[in-house]
Amino acid sequence: MADTLVRPTAEVPPVEERRRPPRVRKTPVTYLLRFIVTAYLFFLVAWPVSLVVTNTFDNGWESIRSLLEDPDMVVALQLSAYVAVWSVVINTLFGVGMSLLLVRYEFPGKRLLNALLDLPLSVSPIVVGLALVLVYGGRNGWFGPTLAGWGLDVIFSTPGIIMATTFVALPLMIRELVPVLEEIGIEQEQAAESLGANGLQRFWRITLPSIKWGITYGVVLTLARSLGEFGAVKVVSGNVLGQTRTATLAVEEKYLNFDQQGAYATAFLLAMVSVACIVIVGIIRPKNHP
Amino acid sequence: MSIDVTGLNKKFGDFVALEDVNVTIPTGQLTALLGPSGGGKSTLLRIIAGLEKADTGSVSIEGVEATHLPAQKRNVGFVFQHYAVFKHMTVAKNVAFGLEIRKRPKDEVEHRVQELLKLVHLSQFAHRLPSQLSGGQRQRMALARALAVEPSVLLLDEPFGALDAKVRKELRDWLRRLHDDVHVTTVFVTHDQEEALEVADEIVVINEGRVEQVGTPDQLYDEPANDFVMSFLGEVTHLGGVSLRPHDIELDSSPRLAGGVEGTISRMVRIGFEVRLTVLTVDGDEVSVVVTRAHARTHGLAEGGTVWLTPAAGATVVPRMAAAV
Repeated sequence: MADTLVRPTAEVPPVEERRRPPRVRKTPVTYLLRFIVTAYLFFLVAWPVSLVVTNTFDNGWESIRSLLEDPDMVVALQLSAYVAVWSVVINTLFGVGMSLLLVRYEFPGKRLLNALLDLPLSVSPIVVGLALVLVYGGRNGWFGPTLAGWGLDVIFSTPGIIMATTFVALPLMIRELVPVLEEIGIEQEQAAESLGANGLQRFWRITLPSIKWGITYGVVLTLARSLGEFGAVKVVSGNVLGQTRTATLAVEEKYLNFDQQGAYATAFLLAMVSVACIVIVGIIRPKNHP
Repeated sequence: MSIDVTGLNKKFGDFVALEDVNVTIPTGQLTALLGPSGGGKSTLLRIIAGLEKADTGSVSIEGVEATHLPAQKRNVGFVFQHYAVFKHMTVAKNVAFGLEIRKRPKDEVEHRVQELLKLVHLSQFAHRLPSQLSGGQRQRMALARALAVEPSVLLLDEPFGALDAKVRKELRDWLRRLHDDVHVTTVFVTHDQEEALEVADEIVVINEGRVEQVGTPDQLYDEPANDFVMSFLGEVTHLGGVSLRPHDIELDSSPRLAGGVEGTISRMVRIGFEVRLTVLTVDGDEVSVVVTRAHARTHGLAEGGTVWLTPAAGATVVPRMAAAV
């Protein structure tokens, strides 16, 4: 102890670990692989998306302006934003609770639940939409007529759109949080418990700060997925102009009506929101979080 | 008595972690729970802390029945092997945690945190994050955090197990001195017999879920209750019908003492000041003997040489159990 106690400054903290992978010697194969990856991403992602941008701005800001002057389009954009926010809120609350349940507790049927949570990713959104209609359809649905009797229309109305979108984006938050929760373990919470913290205090002061970046990424992914949802929404919304038509549905409508400029402009706005989210998170996240 | 454990049983599935454990841990002392890995000592500590629930049996802390009390209400300090630091808080915030939970006034918290950081020699690191500290510093911080709430007992689960040998030894000495200053009833779990013998006032030896022996380090070393305690607390060899320590065997190059057993040196290894010998006796035993370098030199010991072995006067000797060999 002598050296650390008498001269505590002599105890050097460990050097921050470098996250850079070890340097590999570059061979012609390295360059070939780089070329293949770059070309692949360029032709599949970068070029098509950049064409949306260039097409949008063919006439300068004209297409965006005309879009925002169309009251039906404004309603569509607002509806998309409204639905996406609800989907994010519901999926965040549900996702945090479900992730804690999956990581911290053992119960019968856990594996089944785990598999079920991936269902929204593995089935086509169209199927999701049709399934919701079967249950909540106002006339023939299993539960729909009862709800309609209480004056609550689900299908062809905003609640249905929110449900479909939430369903489709459901696994994203959970898949983001489960590995984070597994990594932090429960020792910090047990330490807090022995220091006198009750359940709520432990969640608020220990768990939540530890998973906040997981939640942030989950929110970004859920938001992007919710804004872009098309198939399930198309089935349940009824696509009523100025009422239940979301921005993605409007893109299709405009495209089919040969209003390519308008379609590109709407698509551009949708893409920009998602890109902006990712960029903002990239800027504000601390350096040591990958 | 500070901690009273009666009739404790705990199973994990089919595995019996603790079987009818009765222990009383005295107030104000430093007690070690010593035993091999998987022997149930950590489970016992976690049950005392309330982090684990016993199947049957009861625990009382400072006379208060605590069996069904949740961990947060037991007022125990717990230190984990892997520190369990709050990664997103500074060192000072970590130490202040328990006090803030108890809603103590701000200036009191600040004062107490400074005092504790001084005690664990981390004052100049108050505003660092735990990730910027070394392992030994993190564990000292965890100790300060546990002490902050003035716990009635301090429980440490293999506190130095994750540290390298040198830091471990330093912290061990420091813990002993800290305990002499603070005097809080402390229980620590270790599988390192040297650590237990050096630091503890009292040792509880636990093996396969049962308490084998309770006593001071001297009692355990000099009067082990059975073969297991004897072999766990140090090296053991067998000479004639008894178990004893390799350094408790007297070795002569001539049959000077009565009852000496004749043997041949089959192996000789020198490690620093000591020389370790393996002697094959005429009875067919393979006996380990440790002598000093000087002793080996005066007797001119060499591999293949003939020697006579006798248990030293006052040696700790336990009858050899046939099953234990």
